[in-house]
Amino acid sequence: MDFRDTPDEAEFRARLRQWLADTLPAGWAQRTPSPGRWDEAFTREWTRKLYDAGYVGLTWPKEYGGGGAPHTYQGIYLEETARVGAPDHIGVIGLGMAGPTIIAWGTDEQKKRYLPPLLAGEEVWCQGFSEPGSGSDLAGARTRAELDGDEWVVNGQKVWSSYAHIADWCILVVRTDPSASKHAGLSYLLVDMHAPGVEVRPLRQITGDPEFNEVFFTDVRVPRDSMLGQPGEGWNVAMTTLLHERGTLGFALTAALERQVFNLIRLAREVGADDPVVRDQIAQQWIDLQALRFTNYRSLTALQKTGVPGPEGSVAKLHWSETNQRLTKLALSLQGLASQLDADGGVWDGYWQYQQLRSRGNTIEAGTSEVLRNIIAERVVGLPRSR
Amino acid sequence: MDFAFSEEQELLRSSVREYLRDRYGDERVVALAESDAGWDPSTWKELADMGWLDADPSSGLGLLEHAVIAEESAYALLPAPWFSTVALAWPLLDDALRDAIGAGDRSATLATHGSVDVSDGGGSLSGVLTLVPDLTSVTDVLVVAGDGVYAVEATPDVVVPRSTMDRTRRLGELRLDRTPGRRLDVDASALADVRRRSLALASCEAVGVAQRALDLAAAYTKTREQFGRVIGTYQAVSHRVADIFVVLQLGRSLAYWAAWAVSEGDPQADVAVSAAKAAATEGAVLACEYAIQAHGGIGFTYEHILHRYYKRAQWLEAFEGYGREHRAAVAAAILDTEGALA
Repeated sequence: MDFRDTPDEAEFRARLRQWLADTLPAGWAQRTPSPGRWDEAFTREWTRKLYDAGYVGLTWPKEYGGGGAPHTYQGIYLEETARVGAPDHIGVIGLGMAGPTIIAWGTDEQKKRYLPPLLAGEEVWCQGFSEPGSGSDLAGARTRAELDGDEWVVNGQKVWSSYAHIADWCILVVRTDPSASKHAGLSYLLVDMHAPGVEVRPLRQITGDPEFNEVFFTDVRVPRDSMLGQPGEGWNVAMTTLLHERGTLGFALTAALERQVFNLIRLAREVGADDPVVRDQIAQQWIDLQALRFTNYRSLTALQKTGVPGPEGSVAKLHWSETNQRLTKLALSLQGLASQLDADGGVWDGYWQYQQLRSRGNTIEAGTSEVLRNIIAERVVGLPRSR
Repeated sequence: MDFAFSEEQELLRSSVREYLRDRYGDERVVALAESDAGWDPSTWKELADMGWLDADPSSGLGLLEHAVIAEESAYALLPAPWFSTVALAWPLLDDALRDAIGAGDRSATLATHGSVDVSDGGGSLSGVLTLVPDLTSVTDVLVVAGDGVYAVEATPDVVVPRSTMDRTRRLGELRLDRTPGRRLDVDASALADVRRRSLALASCEAVGVAQRALDLAAAYTKTREQFGRVIGTYQAVSHRVADIFVVLQLGRSLAYWAAWAVSEGDPQADVAVSAAKAAATEGAVLACEYAIQAHGGIGFTYEHILHRYYKRAQWLEAFEGYGREHRAAVAAAILDTEGALA
C-alpha cells in the first residue's frame, strides 16, 4: 500500500502541471467560477492543444494513437486538470464510452478508422441508448435496423443524447431481430450523424440549457459492417460501454467533486462560515470527497490488476451523485435569499444556482440511483434479481 | 500508487480469519459476553503465540498489520483486550511491559478520563479515572497524571466494573488511593501517537463490524420468504442492503487510508484519522441499523447476534469523540488555514 507517486508518475505530474500553467489563459485557475455557457470553439481549441501535447487517450493502445500508459496516469491527469479547473476534451462520450467499446469489440479496421480522429477531437461522438419508451430498461429499445442489401436501414427515436447536436458519430443500440428475445434481438451500430434522415432536436434541461437532445432516425442507411460485434450481440457490447461509463468515469467524478469542494470552501470563506452546523456540513463534504477519492484508488488498483473496472464504479457514481446534490444545496443555503438570483447580481453570477439544478440530473444520468442499487444488490452482494 | 494490502498482509488476514472462525464462533462469543469475566483469559497466550502482540521491531507487526487484525477481530467480535493493548497502550509501554505483553503474560489499557494526584515523590497515585476500556480484563493500566504516564497493576481492589452496552468491550472505573505506580519514560508526542493509532484502528474495527452487518443482512434477505417471495427481491429491502455495501466501502477506503497515513507519518494523518473515524463508525452504526431493519422482529431480539455488533458500532462511534467532533477538527483544517487541504 502506497499512495505516493512513483518517480515516473511524479515527473509526469510535474510536467503536466507546468504545461497547464503555461497553456491555460492567464488567471484561469484563480477566476471565480461562473455559469458561463459552454463555449464550443474554445473547447475545440483546447482539445487540439491537449491532443498535440499527448495528454489524450493516455491509457489507450499506442497503435491507435493512445499513450499506452498505466491507468494511474489518467488518474493524475484528472487530478491535475481538476486542480486548476481546466476544460474537458470535447469528446467526452467518445473517450469515456465509444472509444473503450471500440477497443474492446472493434475490428482492426474499425479501430484504425475511428480511434485516431476521436482522440484528436476531430470527430465527436454521442450515445443513442435511451428511448422515450426505454430509459433504464435499455433492453426494451425499439429503434429498428433492417438489412437492405449491404446496408442497415434505421428508424426510430433516441433521447437524452448529450453532444448529439455537434456529434459526427453515434453509438446506437438498435433492434435487428424483432422475433428474438428482448436482449438477443439487439445490435450495436456506429452511425454517421451527418447521414440523410438523422435529425437532432435540442431538449432544454431544468437549468434552461439545451445540453442534451432528441435524435430522430428516418430511413437512415448505415453500411452493413458499421457494427460492433455481430447482429444479436448488441446487449453485450452495450454492457461494455456502461461498465466503462461507470468505471473510468469514477476518476473524473472525483476530480469534479474535488473542484466543487474547493469552490465550496472558497464560497464559505467569502460569505463567512462561523456557524458550527455549517462547518460540520462543509467538513462532511470534504470527508465524502476523500471517501470517493480513496474508493476510486481502490478500484484503480483492482483495474490495474484485472484490466476491467470493478463494481466499485457503481458505488462511486452513487456516492458522487448524492454528495454533489448535498454539496450544491449547502452552497445555496450559505447565500440566504440571494440564493434565488441566478445571473447578474447573484453570487458568482449564478454559478451555484446552475450547479444545484444541474445536480438533480446526477442521480438520473448514466444509470439512475435505483438501477445502481439494483446492480450493487444483485451483482455485488448477490441478492436474487428483483425483476 | 498502490491501494492494496501486500501478499503477506493478505496471508495474515487469512490466518486471523481462520483462527477466529475456528475458535470464536457466535455461540462462544455470546457465552463469553454473558459471563462475568467477559472473556477467556487463556486466549491471550494464543494471540501472543500467533504474534499478534509481538513488539519486536524486526519481526513485530506494523500498523497496517494491526489494521488487518482490528478489522477481522471486530468482524468476529473477539472478546479480548487486544484493542486496548495494541491501540491504546502500545506507544506508551516500556521495554519490560512490552516484552511481557509480547510473551502473553500481561495486557494493558489506558485511563485518561479523570484526575489523579501524584505523591510520595512520584510513586503513589490517588484519584478516580472513569470510562477505562477493558479495565476488568487487563493486568495493567496506564494512567496519565500530571506530565507523566504511570503503570498501575489493575488489581481487583482498584477496579470497579461498569455495566456497558457492549459486553465484549466493557468500561471500568479505576479508583486509586495511594496506589503504587511506576513512572514510564514517555515522550510528549506519544499521546498524540496513541490518538492517531487508536482512531485509525477503531475505524478498521468499524469496517469489520459493518462487513458482518452486511453479511448477516445479505444471508437473511437471500433466504427469508414473505408474500411467497424471498424478501431480497423487494427493492425496498435490497436497496437498503445495497446502501450497507456503499457505506461499508466508503468507510473501508477511509479507514485504510488513515491506517496508511499514520503508519507513514503522512502530513495528512490527523485529518485522515478524523475523517475515517467519523465516517467509518457512523457507517457501521447505520449498517447495523439497516441490518436490524432487514431482519424484522428477529433482528430486534436479544437472542440474535446483531445487537452485539450494533453495540460495538455505537461504542466505536462514542470512542474518542463522536463524528461531529472530528468534523469540527476537519473543518478547522480546511476552513481556517488558507490553501491547506482544498
